[in-house]
Amino acid sequence: MNKILVANEVTKRFGDYTALNKVSLEIPENSIYGLLGPNGAGKTTLIRIINQIIYPDAGQVFFDGKPLEPQHISMIGYLPEERGLYKSMKVGEQVLYLAQLKGLHKNEAKKRLKFWFDKFEIGDWWNKKVQELSKGMAQKIQFIVTVLHEPKLLIFDEPFSGFDPINANIIKEEILLLREKGASIIFSTHRMESVEELCEYIALIHESNKILDGKLSDIKKAYKNNIFNVGLQVENGEALLKELMDKFKITIPNFHEEEKQLDFNIQLPSPKTGELLTYLSSKANINHFKETVPSANDIFIQTVQNKNING
Amino acid sequence: MDKLLLIIKREYMAKVRNKSFVIMTFLSPILMVGMIVLVAYLAKMNDNEQRVIGILNESNFFSNDFRSTEATAYVYFNNITIEEAKDSTAGLGYHGLLYIPKQGTLEKVAEKSFFYSNDTPNTAVLDKLEDIFQAKLQKKKLQDLGVSIADYAAIDNHYEINIATFSGTQNLKGLTELKAIIGGAFGYLIMMFIIIYGGFVMRSVIEEKTSRIIEVIISSVKPFQLMMGKIIGTSLAGVTQFAIWIISASLLLLVALYFFDIELGGMNSAANLPTDAISTIESAEANGNLQLYVNELIKIPWITLITFFVVYFILGYLIYSSIYAAIGAAVDNETDTQQFIFPIILPLMLAIYVGFFSVFSNPHGPIAVGFSLFPLTSPIVMLMRLPGGIGEGGVPLWQLLTSIAILIGTFIGIVWLAAKIYRIGILMYGKKPTYKELIKWLRY
Repeated sequence: MNKILVANEVTKRFGDYTALNKVSLEIPENSIYGLLGPNGAGKTTLIRIINQIIYPDAGQVFFDGKPLEPQHISMIGYLPEERGLYKSMKVGEQVLYLAQLKGLHKNEAKKRLKFWFDKFEIGDWWNKKVQELSKGMAQKIQFIVTVLHEPKLLIFDEPFSGFDPINANIIKEEILLLREKGASIIFSTHRMESVEELCEYIALIHESNKILDGKLSDIKKAYKNNIFNVGLQVENGEALLKELMDKFKITIPNFHEEEKQLDFNIQLPSPKTGELLTYLSSKANINHFKETVPSANDIFIQTVQNKNING
Repeated sequence: MDKLLLIIKREYMAKVRNKSFVIMTFLSPILMVGMIVLVAYLAKMNDNEQRVIGILNESNFFSNDFRSTEATAYVYFNNITIEEAKDSTAGLGYHGLLYIPKQGTLEKVAEKSFFYSNDTPNTAVLDKLEDIFQAKLQKKKLQDLGVSIADYAAIDNHYEINIATFSGTQNLKGLTELKAIIGGAFGYLIMMFIIIYGGFVMRSVIEEKTSRIIEVIISSVKPFQLMMGKIIGTSLAGVTQFAIWIISASLLLLVALYFFDIELGGMNSAANLPTDAISTIESAEANGNLQLYVNELIKIPWITLITFFVVYFILGYLIYSSIYAAIGAAVDNETDTQQFIFPIILPLMLAIYVGFFSVFSNPHGPIAVGFSLFPLTSPIVMLMRLPGGIGEGGVPLWQLLTSIAILIGTFIGIVWLAAKIYRIGILMYGKKPTYKELIKWLRY
């Protein structure tokens, strides 16, 4: 598949501090890519390098196959984590100005802006000053600024922080629509659960290093460890639990005496479940039996722990 | 280039549309002219009070020499003692009493004459009294010495040494000061402009930082473009404001003068010109030399002066305002700027004061030359020296060229450094910067 963005051993130092250490990434075209990691891991530094706000000390970045150049700025839309607008400037003027800075012609920008204002039903905001808007309203404007020039690559740094749930949903829908139209999207966040459902690809950044990347479904497959969540209806739950605990690794067991309900997680030596299911169904009534898929957060913690152990 | 123009336009519009900017633009000239009119009016009001002075003259040297004017009325007492005269003066509420006793000689009279008053006498009144007193006694003394008034008038002439350059051009005294004042006015203009609009640049950078729009913008344009656009846009707004100020203030002043019929001549010259220059102008008038002075003023190389004013103004302003921009980028709010502002203002103040003191006394002395070469003071000090012209009798060409070369070099260096600090600073939040920190940023 065509790569919209490739980073090749990108390194960035600030004085004695290394913010990025030989980070390599490949972001496939028309995908949603999650750049995950805790605060201070180096995500924003990488994003600023992609936006040519700062420049790497070593390594290269390629946009659509060509080395990153100033002309690519107009093909990237960026919603930074620290985002704001000129407070005393009128909304319409401001968006037009920012769109023109991205290289859009004024008339074209006006036309597109009308479309977005109609879509969000905020046509009457045109002559309002930003300081008159609520935070949620301002965020809608910021989103429009990010997408107005129809960039090939959209970068959202902590996109849902500060959005109220309704606005967050609207923005989510719009982002999915943009992907359908062919845009590639990078999400950067430390709250991994907030974007997990959206991302097809992820990269985990930890302490300036990339520790893992790839297709999310592949990663999850690789990190599955045959743990199943089981719910049983059984008369003598305590006895069964004891019996199982002798043979398998059982976690978070819970027996509800009155309802005769037994819940636990069980780790099997292999993905094969037939034998266990046969045994369980002879002893009890199975309410549910579900494989637990690790979340990005689990994978992250596990990878970091492995790294620390392995040195 | 297109983006730079866009930024300049936005910064300009943002500035000139700003309410407080608009108010300041139109209110300042009114306030300024209003102030002048008020002061002049009050001074006039103050003088309107007529003071009454009692005169008790017992000598033979004076008769009715004190003649009442609009400001002062003189009342003569006759055939009463000094104690009675004092009582009546106080009782009648007069301003004071001049007592001239009967004595044999002029010297004795002068020695024994007194002015009595309730509290410290009004200076103007006392001056006037003394003038009359002195003139009369001098006249008597001349008569005693047997000198005729005409002879005395003949003495009262100026025996002066004329000054000229070796090539033979005759110079007028006091002209050096006058020229330095003209240059100083230009220099002062530069300083005011830097302080006012440099501050605007700084606040505008801080605003972008605190409103968090900065990162959106520098993902579209280079930080350097943004900084330069901001500096140029703000200074164009400043030039607009200055132009409006100068035009409207002069118009208002004319109107005010016409309507209030206020004499400003005396006030102005007294306030702004050093006494040397005034006395030369006055003596020039007396000698019918004024035409010569006008000729000399016309001979000041105005075109050179204005050309180099523009050069020094642009370079000096760019240097200082990029430092202001860097400061704005380094801090999170205006209160943190104090420690950085003072070192900027210092060379400006130094330039003005050193300029006024040493350029006045010797426009081509070592201090004047040194400060007109040093890049942070040269825009002001060199302009004070320039009205003397370039070349012989004026600023040597090499000094002018060296000064500009150093200024351009500094300009490039400072803008480069400032842009570096700016680039790092605009993305730094929550850190109170120190000088050490700033130096570290230069290495990033």
